[in-house]
Order: sequence, then C-alpha cells, then structure tokens
Amino acid sequence: MAQQAPGTGGSARTLTMARAGREAVIAEMRKDPNIFVIGEDIAKLGGVFGTTVGMAEEFGAQRVIDTPISETGFIGIATGAAMAGMRPVVEIAFVDFIGVCFNQIFNFAAKTHYMSGGQFKVPLTMMIGYGGGYNDAAQHSQCLIGTLAHVPGIRIVTPADAYDAKGLMHTCLRDDNLTIWMVHKAIWGLGWLGTAIKTAMATVPEEEYTIPLGQARIWREGTDVTLVGYGITVHHSLQAAEKLAAEGISAEVLDLRTIVPLDREAIMRSVSKTGRLVVADEDYLNCGVTAEVLATIAERNPKILKAPAVRVANPDIPVPFSRPMENFALPDADKIVAAAKSTLRPAAA
Amino acid sequence: MKPTPKQRIWMYEAMLKSRLFDDALFEAYWEGKKPVFHMGKGPLPGEMHQSFGQEPTAVGVCAHLGPDDAVGAGHRPHHVAIARGVNLNRMAAEVFGKKTGLSGGRGGHMHLYDTNVNFFCSGIIAEGMGPGAGIALARKMQKKPGIAVAYNGDGAVNQGAFHEVMNMAALWKLPFVCVIEDNNYAVSVTTRESTVVPAWKRAAGYNCPGEYVEGNDPDLIFEAAARAVQHARAGNGPSILEIQTERLHGHFIGDSAGYRSKDEVAGQKDPIPAYRTRLLDEKVLATPAMEALEAKVQQEVDEALKFARDSEYPAADEALERVYA
Ligand SMILES: Cc1ncc(C[n+]2csc(CCOP(=O)(O)OP(=O)(O)O)c2C)c(N)n1
Ligand SMILES: [Mg+2]
Repeated sequence: MAQQAPGTGGSARTLTMARAGREAVIAEMRKDPNIFVIGEDIAKLGGVFGTTVGMAEEFGAQRVIDTPISETGFIGIATGAAMAGMRPVVEIAFVDFIGVCFNQIFNFAAKTHYMSGGQFKVPLTMMIGYGGGYNDAAQHSQCLIGTLAHVPGIRIVTPADAYDAKGLMHTCLRDDNLTIWMVHKAIWGLGWLGTAIKTAMATVPEEEYTIPLGQARIWREGTDVTLVGYGITVHHSLQAAEKLAAEGISAEVLDLRTIVPLDREAIMRSVSKTGRLVVADEDYLNCGVTAEVLATIAERNPKILKAPAVRVANPDIPVPFSRPMENFALPDADKIVAAAKSTLRPAAA
Repeated sequence: MKPTPKQRIWMYEAMLKSRLFDDALFEAYWEGKKPVFHMGKGPLPGEMHQSFGQEPTAVGVCAHLGPDDAVGAGHRPHHVAIARGVNLNRMAAEVFGKKTGLSGGRGGHMHLYDTNVNFFCSGIIAEGMGPGAGIALARKMQKKPGIAVAYNGDGAVNQGAFHEVMNMAALWKLPFVCVIEDNNYAVSVTTRESTVVPAWKRAAGYNCPGEYVEGNDPDLIFEAAARAVQHARAGNGPSILEIQTERLHGHFIGDSAGYRSKDEVAGQKDPIPAYRTRLLDEKVLATPAMEALEAKVQQEVDEALKFARDSEYPAADEALERVYA
C-alpha cells in the first residue's frame, strides 16, 4: 500500500502547500516567542509566494520583519540572532538570489556549530522557492539544490505536497540546525501560476505533526522500474507512471522528500525490487542529486540494476527564456516515460 | 547645461517610444492569461516589470551618451534600453522569446543585451554596479574614451555590491555614473522603510559628488546628468545621481499594489503628457509636427511588435548552444 498520511481525521482539510507551510510557522510562532520571520516583502505583502500572509497582523512588525534588499546582511543577522537564542525563519523568495549571500550561509551559518565544537547552535530555518517552467529565465528559475546539498551542515527538505509541507516545516522549526525548506514554485499553489496542481494539494490535519528527516515516501508502488524524484519531479513521475501503466509497465514512484539527509535505504529497497531506475530532477545534471542517487547504488550494490540507470535533469544549461528551449531544458512526464522504457529495452547484442 | 530643442524632442520621442512599447506589451501580456492568471501562459510569459512613469530617468541620462559609453540596467529595463538605442525589433523579439531576438530567445525581458550599443541587464538587484564599473575600468586601462552608467532602483542601494563598487570606483577614479531611480518602492517596501540615509547623500562616504533630482522632469534630469557625465569624462571618478520618479503600475504585471494607498496612487503624475504640454507651450514643437512624430513612433512600435510576432521560435535544442564561448 502507498503510504497514508496519519491523522487525517475530522480536523483535516485540503490545502495548498503555501497554506500548509504557513500554518506550521504560525503554530510554532504562537508557542515560541523566539521565533521571528525576516525577509523581503513579507510584512505588508505577505511574501511574494504568500508564505507569510496574515502573520504581520497577528505577530506585529517586531516578529515579521520586512528587510531592505540586503540578503548578506539579514542572513548574517538572523544567524547571529540564532546563536543568541532566537529561532529565526528567513525567507529568500527565489533560490537564485542566494548567489548574493551564499557566503553567510555556507561559510558561517552552516559551519558555526562544527567550528565552535558544538558551542554555538544555529537553529535557523530558511523558506525558499525554486524551479522554472513559467519562462522566468536563467536568474529566476534555478533549483540549486545540488549546490546547497554539497555543503555540510545544512539540512534540506523538499516537500512535494501540502501534507509534507506542513510536517516538514514543523520538523525544520524544531531542529537546532540550519534547515532549508524548499518548495518548487509550480506546485506551491501560488496565485500567479494558475490553479494548484491537484496532486500537490493534500488533506492536512489541523493538529501539529512532524515528518522525520531522511525518510523517503513511496507515492505509488510498482515492480518494473523505480522513478525517483523530489518536489515537482514527483508529480512528473506520477504522470509518467500513469502513462507507463497504460502500456503495461508498472512503475514505482519514490519521493526523496529530504535531500539532506538522504534516505539511501529506501532507494536500495525500491531498486532491489524493480531492478531499474530513472532519477528525475529539474536541477542541473552535473554533480547533482541524481548523481548522488546513482552513487548510492554503485557503492552499495550495483548488481541490483538489471539495466543502466537513466537520469533526467537539466542538461547543464542556464534555464533559457523562450518556451521551446525552456521545455527542452526541463524534465517532464514524457521524458521520464522515454527514460523508463529505455531501461526496459533488452540490451543491444 | 540645458537641453537644446533637438535634445528635448529626442527625449520626448524616446519616452513615448518606451511608453507605447510598454502599452503594447501590457496588452499582449494578458493574451492566454485569462480567466485564470498563469504567468507562464500566452505569447509573453514570465515576469514583466514595466517602466510606466520612469521614462524620464532613461532619457535625461542617455541623452548624454555616445557610442563609446556603456549602460547597465536592471530588472525594469525597457525605458533604459530604448533610450540607449537598443534595436527595437530585436528587443521586442527577445521579449517574445523568438529566434530573431537579441539573444535568440535565451534572455527574455530581464536579460536584454546589445553589444552594438554596449547595453546589458541583470535581474539580480544591484548587478549593474560591478559589471558597469568593470567596463569603466576597462576603458581606463585601455586608454579608450567612454564611460559606464549603471541603473539601479532605490531598493538596490542596500545591496552589498552597491557599497563595495562605489568605494572601488571612487578609489580608482573610474569613469562611472551610478544612477538611482527612486520610485519610492522596492516591490512593497518604501524607501523610508528600507534606507536610513538616501543613496545620494552616501556619496559623501565615497568622497564623490551626489545629487538628488526631484520632479521626474526630463529637463532637470538632463541638467543633473550633464554634471555627472562630465565629471566621469574628465577623469574625476564616479558620482551618484539619484532621481525621483514614479512607478505608475504594480511591481510587475499582475501585482495589484494593494500595499499602496488609494490617495497615493491617485496623486501620481504621468510625466509624459506633462512634457508634451511643455514642449507645445514653449513652442519647441508645433502640434502638427508633434502629431507627426507621435505617428512615426507608434508605427515603429507597431512594426517591432509585428516583427516579434511574425518571427519564428528557436528550435528546442538551440538551448544547448552558447553555454560556452
Ligand atoms: C539580490 C536580489 N534580491 C531580491 C530580488 C527580488 N527583487 C526583484 S525586483 C525587487 C525590488 C527592486 O526594487 P528597486 O531596486 O527599487 O527597483 P524597482 O522595482 O522599484 O524598479 C526585488 C526585491 C532580486 N531580483 N535580487
Ligand atoms: Mg524602486
């Protein structure tokens, strides 16, 4: 059976990921006065992605802070506040902007616990949007998850539906480390990207719950091929699995859910069963999450693969603006279907 | 230095071109995006930051620039690109994502580049600063004429790059002008809410001239820009030219700007009709000549849009080209 969301009793509603994530932050803020939210356009506007709608009204300008466009400064400030006992939530709307402030993240926030021998904790959560598919071009469409995942000291969660968005946000907010909660814009339920994708909406209980880090989720069971993804590529994979099913191919859809830590056992379990693997990622191919998934198998037991694994990812080009070229660069269900079929073809003699 | 009649006519023409271009894009932007708004749909997908109200900042400064000079703009580039003389057909085609666009459809509206007029853009805030000053450094090292101008919004002045680059530009006396377009908003955040000391006053900290131009008035901007450009050309280093302007629309198309008060929005003045009236009143142009000019500009814009719409999309796998030189 595909994994069922616990606690979907009478108090549950169908929410977008945006609302579900927000609900978790508000719940934690009501309990813990040390939590504050800081970022651009989060007070009056409620966040470019609606992450903070209603929060300024409830918690006031002291705890929901609109900043100047000074990412290096406010991430540094949030890090210092975290070292001094606060639990900041920092919004960077588009992951692309992390370029201007990456130093504060990877040289300081991520390493301070280690460099100080555990003396300083940095309980800081970042909320970040990523991904393309709406023609916003090379500086507003990236994923950069592989880039972030490369740095020790950061936990990265990438929910694919509203249930996970809420549970993983609670997990992040209660964690004493730098955690990054990242949602793909196309599944978030943003007002300006059309109607929310159905499979990303979910029944979400009103009560609080956490989701453990490093626990992948099987969305659909199958026996012929494993489709691994996270965030939006889970939804592409679900569509691909439908199409494959129509052709008699049984695909299992595995959602990594958290990139750091990575549930390597889940990958091994699924591929041991199916013997075939497609990994889909909207991020750049080179040295990315897809490579890490394949490395897991190469290191642990390459013999479980009955055919070479296939990666579907951005072929290492800046995300182009124009629609045909952007479509070329991004993964989709059809590309995953083609990849899955290629793993099922008998090897050439 | 006051603008000559010819320069004033040019400024009006370039402002109008930008406005009519933005009008045409605004209309086209909604195609395919109704009834449910989806930014990625229609012939003009993606974010679209338009220049309504900010046209004077572009013409007042660019009127002083020649072929050796360079201009860097930000995420709201149309007025600057047009005042700089970027090829309108190819710019329109780029915004529509066509093969005939400035970058073959790779860039889009936030990433307009035209080497013919030394023009570049970036969608990352304050990114005109470093590359702009870098072009200025190259001119200096190669002993070539030419200055560089970087356009920034009022929100950009609190980005680290602004401070770092101003310091170096002043330290090395680079032929560089930092223009700040103060439309009082960075998306929803006002200048007062984000900035302790206005950018032009910070010039004192870099030991360079700083000036604030009020009124969103092309003639006044022209005069102030003359000083900044002359300062740079004379080898005296950079200056900060901050210009009060208006953002007449939302941050991008689709932003209803609910964070602004109705009174504030109602009190905004459109600089283009005002300038038109002035040119007529001061007999810089008579009505028939004005109307002929306007008809010519409209035709140019119509042709650019037609060129863009009639052009082909690039082939999908052209995406792989141009990653490396
Ligand atoms: C480094 C960085 N941070 C945040 C953004 C998102 N962003 C795009 S435009 C904008 C506001 C810019 O305001 P301003 O500089 O005043 O220019 P205006 O939009 O008013 O023309 C913001 C925050 C960005 N593009 N780059
Ligand atoms: Mg502004």
